[in-house]
Amino acid sequence: MRRLSTFNIVSLTLGFAFLYVPMLILVIYSFNESKLVTVWAGFSTKWYGELLQNEAMIDAAWVTIKVAFFSSTLATVLGTMAAYVLVRRGRFFGRTVFSGMIYAPLVMPEVITGLSLLLLFIAIGLDRGVLTIVLAHTTFAMCYVSVVVSSRLVSFDDSLEEAALDLGASPFEAFRLVTLPIIAPAVISGWLLAFTLSLDDLVIASFTAGPSSTTLPIKIFSSVRLGVSPEINALSTIIIAIVTLGVLTASIVSKRQISQRLREEAQAG
Amino acid sequence: MAVSGKDDVFAPWKDATAEPLIKINGVTKRFGDFTAIDNISLEIYPQEFFALLGPSGCGKTTLMRMLAGFETPTSGVISIDGQDMSTVPPNKRAVNMMFQSYALFPHLSVWENIAFGLRRDGLDKEKIAARVEEMLKLVQLGKFAKRKPHQISGGQRQRVALARSLAKAPKLLLLDEPLGALDKKLRQETQFELMDIQEKTGTTFVIVTHDQEEAMTVASRVAVMDHGQLIQVETPEVIYEQPNSVYVADFIGDVNLIEGSVSGLDSGAELAWAEGRDPLIGQPGASLSKGQSASFAIRPEKIAISAEEPQDRRNRVQGKILDIGYLGNLSTYHVELPDGPIIKCEVGNRSRIERRDFTWEDEVWLSWSDTAGLVLPR
Repeated sequence: MRRLSTFNIVSLTLGFAFLYVPMLILVIYSFNESKLVTVWAGFSTKWYGELLQNEAMIDAAWVTIKVAFFSSTLATVLGTMAAYVLVRRGRFFGRTVFSGMIYAPLVMPEVITGLSLLLLFIAIGLDRGVLTIVLAHTTFAMCYVSVVVSSRLVSFDDSLEEAALDLGASPFEAFRLVTLPIIAPAVISGWLLAFTLSLDDLVIASFTAGPSSTTLPIKIFSSVRLGVSPEINALSTIIIAIVTLGVLTASIVSKRQISQRLREEAQAG
Repeated sequence: MAVSGKDDVFAPWKDATAEPLIKINGVTKRFGDFTAIDNISLEIYPQEFFALLGPSGCGKTTLMRMLAGFETPTSGVISIDGQDMSTVPPNKRAVNMMFQSYALFPHLSVWENIAFGLRRDGLDKEKIAARVEEMLKLVQLGKFAKRKPHQISGGQRQRVALARSLAKAPKLLLLDEPLGALDKKLRQETQFELMDIQEKTGTTFVIVTHDQEEAMTVASRVAVMDHGQLIQVETPEVIYEQPNSVYVADFIGDVNLIEGSVSGLDSGAELAWAEGRDPLIGQPGASLSKGQSASFAIRPEKIAISAEEPQDRRNRVQGKILDIGYLGNLSTYHVELPDGPIIKCEVGNRSRIERRDFTWEDEVWLSWSDTAGLVLPR
């Protein structure tokens, strides 16, 4: 093990403090007895209890998860298809235009995306609700999925797919049996990314949500405007816990897989 | 089939009644402005081990990919077993290919890799299992059936790829630089193994390689390619001993090329190569006319080296030893002629006695028979 110099320790501390002190404070205050967020009055878990009683909050959380699940799944299917065509089907008429257009929503201000979707939904007479948020989230999450998947496809050996065709697989079978299993990690991370983006989104959701379909970010944002309540702190702490758990599990699993693979390759000689 | 009696040599290309398996008829392939294949016509017969040989970029891989169906000819017709292939996609052809990168499916075990093609045919489970076992036995990999491709060595991967491409018993097996990734010793072993397997299965093999030794070792016929054209299509012996051009002579093996012009065509071909010297005499390698500029091609192992002037040979030149390369089984002498050209000459070290007849700077005579060299147009 290499020892760290004082300078290294200071930079490390500063960096992590910058990242995590705000969250730490939030977690601490979620266990605050007092109703006033900024005044410490002793340890308590009562806000967690109250949160569970708050039906509007639970409903919003449920809507958010539903929206995130459906939109990320839809976005993964569409995004993977788009990436596949753009990377693997060589040059075709309009390829440059398409590949530029698929990335455009990444740089488009969310307000504009939200507004244009709102106008579209009104124009086609679609009532705003869960469906419209799902469609809106699919639209922008699909670009992220497509970026993640195409970066994997670029390094994919074309001859694998050709070998599948050569052995008698139809083009769709070659994709399903060979390409998809191999790029699966990228597809899954694309899905996770889309899921997270959807959970997180406030701007586009507030344009496209109806009165009956409030998502958690909208709910939190509107209640914070009336003053931060310790309940919100409790909710945020739960979300932080879930995310931390997810990230830790993912990194442990992938680390194990990598070390196992290295071991096996070493044995193969 | 042309092969009938025991004494017959396998040479269906000389038999007018033999029916070729592959007919390539006036095929051209262009990628934009680039012509990869330039009006090639070629016939390959059943059970041949046919090698496409040439430097990289000569079009050999494109030609093979057209046989597999991954590329379609810009013009011309390819037919396999009498069927025009222009509209047949790769997955509907009785042709399998072994890829240069092996293209083993990394998420499937060795067993599943070999079974992949059989499953696509919808065979029942027992038949698939029996065939996979047979293939594993053929390439001696029974013990590794459950391993994934990254868990076996490069040589084993090469054999899995071969087993997978042979599993469906294709009419035609294409091999794209199959031994390129193996080290030299393993490559030589595997060459003989390939020939064995080809003989056992009776499959027609077409191999693409840039390694002339490999092509010479395994193939029944070799097609030497350059710039999208076939330069010569012949057996390895003819390619080596009677190359039809300087390009082929130079590409296959070692050769000394002496430039000059044709001075006579009475007894063999005579090549005037330097002022005041007797012409070199050899066999005409192609149709020649007097006065034409040409090259005299002579293989290093056909040249004899001696201290005294050999009186019985018309082809004799004197020079000075410039370099000696001792390779164990043979020694190579580089002899500089007074007029400039350096001639390479190989002598087999047939006895173990430590005795060197010649050393650096020695004046020696090089000689060869009238039929040892070829005069090739330039």
